[in-house]
Amino acid sequence: MFRGWFDCNYCLICHDRIESTLSWVDLFVPEQKEVVCYECLTKLERIEGVKCQICMRSFLKLDAYYQKGELCFDCYRWEEEPNYKGILTQNYSLYSYNQFLKELIAKYKYRGDYVLAKIFASEIEKKIKEMKPNYIIPIPLSEERIYERGFNQAEALILEAGFQSTNILTRIHSEKQSKKSRTDRIHLPQVFHTTAQVTGKVMIIDDIYTTGSTLRHAARVLKGIGANEIISITIARG
Amino acid sequence: MVQNTNFQSNPQLQTFLSGRQLLVGDIPFSHEEVQQHFENGYVQYREGLVLQNSKYKCNRCGNSESHFFGEFPCVRCGQKCHYCRKCIMMGRVSSCSSLVCWCGPPKDLPATSQPLEWQGTLSEGQQHASDQLVEAVNLHQDLLVWAVCGAGKTEVLFAGIGTALSKGKRVCLATPRTDVVLELTPRLRKVFPDISVASLYGGSDDRHQFAALTIATTHQLLRFYQAFDMMIVDEVDAFPYTADESLQFAVQQARKKQSSLIFLTATPNEKWQRQCRSGKRSYVTIPARFHRHPLSLPKFVWCGNWKSKLEKKRLPENVLQWARSRIQNQKQALIFFPNIRLMEKTISLFRTIDPKIETVHAEDPLRKEKVQAMRNHETLILLTTTILERGVTFPNIDVAVVGAEEEIFTESALVQISGRVGRSSKYPSGNITFFHYGKSQAMIKAYKQIDHMNKEAYRKGLIDYV
Ligand SMILES: [Zn+2]
Ligand SMILES: [Zn+2]
Ligand SMILES: [Zn+2]
Ligand SMILES: [Zn+2]
Repeated sequence: MFRGWFDCNYCLICHDRIESTLSWVDLFVPEQKEVVCYECLTKLERIEGVKCQICMRSFLKLDAYYQKGELCFDCYRWEEEPNYKGILTQNYSLYSYNQFLKELIAKYKYRGDYVLAKIFASEIEKKIKEMKPNYIIPIPLSEERIYERGFNQAEALILEAGFQSTNILTRIHSEKQSKKSRTDRIHLPQVFHTTAQVTGKVMIIDDIYTTGSTLRHAARVLKGIGANEIISITIARG
Repeated sequence: MVQNTNFQSNPQLQTFLSGRQLLVGDIPFSHEEVQQHFENGYVQYREGLVLQNSKYKCNRCGNSESHFFGEFPCVRCGQKCHYCRKCIMMGRVSSCSSLVCWCGPPKDLPATSQPLEWQGTLSEGQQHASDQLVEAVNLHQDLLVWAVCGAGKTEVLFAGIGTALSKGKRVCLATPRTDVVLELTPRLRKVFPDISVASLYGGSDDRHQFAALTIATTHQLLRFYQAFDMMIVDEVDAFPYTADESLQFAVQQARKKQSSLIFLTATPNEKWQRQCRSGKRSYVTIPARFHRHPLSLPKFVWCGNWKSKLEKKRLPENVLQWARSRIQNQKQALIFFPNIRLMEKTISLFRTIDPKIETVHAEDPLRKEKVQAMRNHETLILLTTTILERGVTFPNIDVAVVGAEEEIFTESALVQISGRVGRSSKYPSGNITFFHYGKSQAMIKAYKQIDHMNKEAYRKGLIDYV
């Protein structure tokens, strides 16, 4: 039968068989293998509408109090800090952090279901090609964490998208960021460390953008070793 | 490995690991200590995954379907590692991980002379099954207990469990549903007051307890290895055919090599029925309910092309009439539908007969409240999907199935649904109607199964008429 020519595909999320939507064009220009079924795909929400020009936070459900022109209040305040001004020029997040994505990322990172990285591969690949960074650098894990999980979830996103991962950052401090107050976060002693040198445009990859402090701390270290411009990609914007 | 008898093993590790198979990360003892026990032959490392005919198989859950395996560059072993995605919610089993088991002297359980404290009585049918069960426990045999809906199967287990516990044997009762674990735990604690009981389900606290009696969801069995002398599996019919294989794997892993295995069901699948008839599977039936009245037989009623009617938000006239007459007589009823979508289309029409008619389905957040409203007689008719096919009992109801020939209504689903009727001795009968647009094999087989049970019960003198 016609279908027999192709590998049977199963959705990486719900394990249902994926009905292939072959068209004549696909026969000549082989499409990438679909990894997620239509139902699951619709549960991933893109960030639509007006948003913060730096971090992609949506303004749709945000009180005007938290907006400062084209920026969200958080980014605005980072830009006020002399040490952090212009340190991160643009973050791109694939989807908003809804319940569905929350569970998906938890399974990916805490249960260690590596193949889920493939769900985001083509989107990340597209964005990297568009942004053309000189280096793609994953946010590192502490040594015990990486041994526990068996892989770094940020690095896996780079590798599965088909790019080389430049692992030059290490973690010197592994305390939880989210529980700290904002002032603590800004004035925290450096979390990341490196001995390398870089030049030009540098991209950082992480799984979730929550407060933006992890990315900015990493960005500051990279700026110190020669980066001109620092951008980032995350799966989710929390 | 040869056991070093001079080695001082840690009794806490023995208690923790006895009858288990755990990942290294799940063991709260130092790696050095576990390793020492391994070197002295007290701990065994089993491969997490095995390669069989160039296909992977998970040693914990038995999965060997290739699309349930993933691959990743592993930091631990520095290689491409494969891992099982099917049981990953219990921690990742990969090519380089092992399942850690205890292989030193087994942890002993104290024998309790009279563990059972229960004054109730069994019906004739229950007593017969109970005796067979005790024998299976004594002789380490397998037994299927085929008890009709409402026969009172839990009490049938008491003597068998008591016998096992009195000999210091370790017992496990596994069931597919968490609600059942929660319901059975206090009942069994009450009749076995001096016995340690662990209640295991996703998120429960008893996870590491070494107990004489373990009540668990079947999923939790994956953490056990050669643990139980008596293994009881409840509601085997609740498993879809494909899940049956995984269940059998888990059960075989969790029981000891020499042990008894008891399956409980109200309606075994076709394969099992065949095995019973051909003598390949030993079984005992409880064909009658405690109240000595026969089971109500389903009536088959042709209702035309119900599907196209429902799509247009209309109902076959005889279905509507059936519902109307329940309302007139103030008799409670359940009406089953093959899916949520079609069921929801009919609700506005049903509400023209009675505005208080409700619908319920698996994802309904108000599920519990709606079932409670039915119990309180605030709702007279509840429309439902197969979610209410088992477990829930209302004392005096009639039941209808709309589209009974649909695939989702398997033989066992239809037997279970029919079993909702006539549960109490005060109201031992009721009406069960299958509305259809052409009879299915499943409908006919369900009818035959119920009829057969009634005749057997009559022959054995367990009911007084058919
Ligand atoms: Zn899916
Ligand atoms: Zn922002
Ligand atoms: Zn597995
Ligand atoms: Zn490995």
